[in-house]
Amino acid sequence: MQKILYFGRLSDITGMSEEMLEIPAEIETAGALREWLDLRFEASGMLLDPTVRIAIDREITFDTASLNAATEIAFMPPVGGG
Amino acid sequence: MLRISATPIDAGLELAQFEQRAPHAGGIVTFSGQVRPAASKGSVITLHLQAYSPMTEDGIEAAIAEANDRWALDQVLVLHRIGDMQPGETIVFVATASKHRRAAFEAADFLMDYLKTEAVFWKQEKTETEAYWIEPRDDDYADAARWTKKESV
Repeated sequence: MQKILYFGRLSDITGMSEEMLEIPAEIETAGALREWLDLRFEASGMLLDPTVRIAIDREITFDTASLNAATEIAFMPPVGGG
Repeated sequence: MLRISATPIDAGLELAQFEQRAPHAGGIVTFSGQVRPAASKGSVITLHLQAYSPMTEDGIEAAIAEANDRWALDQVLVLHRIGDMQPGETIVFVATASKHRRAAFEAADFLMDYLKTEAVFWKQEKTETEAYWIEPRDDDYADAARWTKKESV
């Protein structure tokens, strides 16, 4: 089981800010997970938006990054405070 | 020094304490950001700030380290609210102390640009009728880009 986090506007699409998920074995990379979740939530590509970055165990990664050994995967739309 | 907290920020008190920690600075610059009452779509009732620890803290600490590398600073303080806040409340407070004013002004400006565009926060405005997430504006990104250009010269 892996913890998936949906930040900012993404939680409006997913209806939750986090979930524990058994990711199918054939989903091996961050990019594949992005595509799988976009279909699962019927997000019409909102999770595929290149401005949405993915962090694996709190490190920003590329879509080619392996999910092997990942325990926490965060989907992060554009950030900004102040 | 960095503090991210759901507790309200008392900017006056923070400045007084900051002055005591930087007795040899020739200049202190502070910036207080307040929650705006006017939203893009109506009046703000609540502003909600979400962070992702420790990514949020690690990123701001790195920005403080970069400010210390670029300018000769005696002290730096960054305070940021998370959770729910109301219009008029202080959301962010930055203080910089240096021997001369220019370094203090520029470092505070640099840190604010980082906080607006790169710090790991998400902001949600709630009005009477709706709630929506707000992301940095083009102006914010243009402001932040000033520091990158300077570096490449």
